Amino acid sequence: MTEPAPKAHPWMANALPDIRQAMLDEIGAPSVETLFEQIPAEHRLKTPLDLPPPLTSELELRRHLLSLLKRNGDCETNLSFLGAGCWQHHVPAVVDEIVGRTEFLTPVWGSAQSDHGRNQAWFEYASQLGELIDMDAVGLPVYSWGCAAGHAIRMAARIAGRSEVLVPRWLDPERLSVIRSYCEPREMTRHIDVVLVEPDEATGGFDLADLKRKLSARTAAVYLEVPSYLGIIETDPAEIASLARAAGAETIVGADPISLGVLASPGSYGADIVVGPTQPLGVHMNCGGGVGGYMATREDDRYLAEYNGFLVSIARTLEPGQYGFNVANGHQTSYGLREEGKDWTGNSVYLWAIANAVYMSLLGPEGFAEVGRLILARAHYAARRLDELTGVEVSFKSCFFKEFVVNFSCTGMRVAEINDGLRARGIFGGKDISAELPELGAAALYCVTEVHTKDDIDRLVAALKEVIAR
Amino acid sequence: MSGPDATRLRAYHGPVWNEPVVMELGHPGRRGQIFPAPEREVAEEVGGVADLVLAAMRRRQPPALPELTEPEVQRHYLHLSQETLGMMGISLFGTCTMKYNARVSEAVAQRPELAEVHPYQHEDTLQGILAILHGFDRILCELSGMDQFIFQAGGGADASYTHAVVTRAYHQARGELEQRNEVITSIQAHPCNAATAAAAGFKVVTLSLEEGGYPSVEQLKSVVSERTAALFINNPDDMGIYNPHIAEWTRIVHEAGGLCFYDHANFNGVMGKIRARELGFDACMYMLHKTFGAPKGGGGPAVGAYGCSAELAPFLPTPVVTRHGERYRLETDRPQSAGKIREFWGNVPQVLKAYAWARAMGAEGIATGSDLSVLANNYMDAKLGRIDGLARSNPDIPGWRMEMTRWSLGPLKEATGIGTMEVANRLADYGIDPYWMSHEPWVVPEPFTPEAGEMYSREDIDTWIAAVAAVCAEARTDPELVRTAPHNQPIKQLVGADLGDPERRAFTWRAFRRKQVERGE
Repeated sequence: MTEPAPKAHPWMANALPDIRQAMLDEIGAPSVETLFEQIPAEHRLKTPLDLPPPLTSELELRRHLLSLLKRNGDCETNLSFLGAGCWQHHVPAVVDEIVGRTEFLTPVWGSAQSDHGRNQAWFEYASQLGELIDMDAVGLPVYSWGCAAGHAIRMAARIAGRSEVLVPRWLDPERLSVIRSYCEPREMTRHIDVVLVEPDEATGGFDLADLKRKLSARTAAVYLEVPSYLGIIETDPAEIASLARAAGAETIVGADPISLGVLASPGSYGADIVVGPTQPLGVHMNCGGGVGGYMATREDDRYLAEYNGFLVSIARTLEPGQYGFNVANGHQTSYGLREEGKDWTGNSVYLWAIANAVYMSLLGPEGFAEVGRLILARAHYAARRLDELTGVEVSFKSCFFKEFVVNFSCTGMRVAEINDGLRARGIFGGKDISAELPELGAAALYCVTEVHTKDDIDRLVAALKEVIAR
Repeated sequence: MSGPDATRLRAYHGPVWNEPVVMELGHPGRRGQIFPAPEREVAEEVGGVADLVLAAMRRRQPPALPELTEPEVQRHYLHLSQETLGMMGISLFGTCTMKYNARVSEAVAQRPELAEVHPYQHEDTLQGILAILHGFDRILCELSGMDQFIFQAGGGADASYTHAVVTRAYHQARGELEQRNEVITSIQAHPCNAATAAAAGFKVVTLSLEEGGYPSVEQLKSVVSERTAALFINNPDDMGIYNPHIAEWTRIVHEAGGLCFYDHANFNGVMGKIRARELGFDACMYMLHKTFGAPKGGGGPAVGAYGCSAELAPFLPTPVVTRHGERYRLETDRPQSAGKIREFWGNVPQVLKAYAWARAMGAEGIATGSDLSVLANNYMDAKLGRIDGLARSNPDIPGWRMEMTRWSLGPLKEATGIGTMEVANRLADYGIDPYWMSHEPWVVPEPFTPEAGEMYSREDIDTWIAAVAAVCAEARTDPELVRTAPHNQPIKQLVGADLGDPERRAFTWRAFRRKQVERGE
């Protein structure tokens, strides 16, 4: 079989015939085909590779990609009130610049000395997040909030030597699904029972009586989110942590870090393990491809020994007064111990950790207070204006941050219909939660952040008024 | 041939900014981002934090974050980026398939038509991105012979976990999950295969390497049983050895009722040459941030594209992208789905970049890529073999290797006391990214594993080899220089002992400062 005549390729330096031949001559191989001698002939493709013809010029490639993407609507050209695990927050231009740097975008691993800048940025991510949540040990982030919760629950199960976790029944179904995967099915020997704690119908937070009923000597951990999936700020998480501790269980708090300029830190009310989303800290929504999950604990060997992911520590160098940063616990991870390691780790979202670090540096304490105040004010304003509409009711009116439940039952319309009407007016309504939580009626989860102005909210209210009036 | 002499090494020196930790910079009161105050009417209507948050839940002490101006932050992180060598020189980091991350893909991915899309938008508004996901699914099905791909996994390890989760659901549906509690893998498979299987609840059986450089069929038969849930395996391995009996392996595991997963981390040498399904695998994984040209980000965001047969597809985590005429759908209502392994659909921008790579390369480009990768590696082998102090892995197995080979600096270590860690550190002083050594356990002493791939030029490869030769020579003439390397980087060698010393280690600045104070510094 004759080999096809290779042409120059902008991404393959040795594709030219003279270079290929020179390399073959250097090693004494008659042809490239002979180098594949280890592969038996019967393993080779049964039918030729049938792929779309190559777009060999950047010009054509770009045009093709854009022709596809242009079929999308997005939250810049539309006014969106979608949230639920992926939120539209302002991404400062400096953040985009830094994560776009080729030095940060392309490396693989390197060494603590030659990639000192990146390792320092990781330490600064952990340090700044540690201040927001009030914890002394912050690991590099894992794939998502749900995954962080899953790893934290498994960590707690190992520490406590128990196999049950209590979680809120009103929990994001995506995160709950991930948690169930991580807790293993009943048939597996290290299965962790996931027990749902009822909500308090009045506040939307934990029903403490139900929590007390369900806490036992089997409980490894209580997992709560502040704010919760439905945006609710738990009234007394310190009490929940105290109840958990009395039962010998760990308290795992899931906290949205962009709330922590105005809300109490999990470390301050007794959290043992803190997890949460990293996307709000300077990462674009990316169609859900911007998610990441942080994990943090006290600096206590009981916890440190159980991290599945990497902890980056500061360390001295051979130069007096000089410091560097490196992974300190690789030996206990899957890299060190394979199946004996803690869960597993691998490529994660470490570039987003750098975005997070830059974001936190730009905001500082005042910036977090400001953005928190703004989100609170605008979300509550939106809730009040929506609640005023005939047939529309906000379900939990008082203590919420960024997200709130809007009940459209009395309009006689389904959320899907309402959202269709809104979309025709260039607005994406809140997530339809009527199927997953029918007890809340024809309900949607609305998200209002610092990007939504009063005019945006007024526009939503006016549009809804039209849609529900029909 | 024109251009600089390829074997003349660069007098590289990394930038040294002595950059303080950001917590040490700035001044109280400085701001890097200002947010508007709520509009007057908004504030009048709702009040402030005190009106909206219960006292007990209000933040008391502001977080002790640094206070910098915007350009101070920009300059600080730009300095840190400059102090990151990464791929700025030559990086032949084995198993990670270093290749060009096309800038056009970055530019397109940053556009609002992707960056500002929410995954819960109505399907009508997602047709563009769904077309890309589906188009790429079709390409990967053609490359693998599989029937359905998803991109939810956040990396290769997560794709291995995906297979463990799908395997659970498959056997559970047949009422055999309690019985089938073992996963088989090899000592040369990536540690994540073993670790994710264990994290999913399985016992792990690990095969050892034999004469051919892979476990024998007999060894596999000896551990396959009615307890076998699945086989997780790579081929070729990280030492460049291809197991020619792999189709027999899948047959044996299938006969026993197990599923077979092909960890295609090492796809660059065999892409376009073999198909996982044709070799009997039920599922496979590709790494979009390796073979498919999406950037690595120093550790993600990443995608382990997981593909499986039609028989396994019902168990996939949702959503699954399907096509009905000109319309694309996100299928979430799949009753047998194993459940999710991560929220939403996966790292969508990475999928776009991988799709772009595949569309740019086409079948011919992919064939050329695998040809050049294997040619480059065997070219490297021939030249590395002439360096005193090196030994090739599997020394008793002659012949060509695949797209990467493991080498040993064992002889150098014996002769000079200088081993692979020191050599890696000293290479950086020549602008060479410290290489990949080996996964645990080190079956080869003092290992390093280069992988040239198809991007790097012959001159780059020659430069890399010349640098290794130079450092090996330095190990003999000036071992202290190599032992205390690096010397031309932003910092000197780390005191590794600090990382494990409870008095010295700290994972946050606040812990570091507290310990400094405790030490009276």
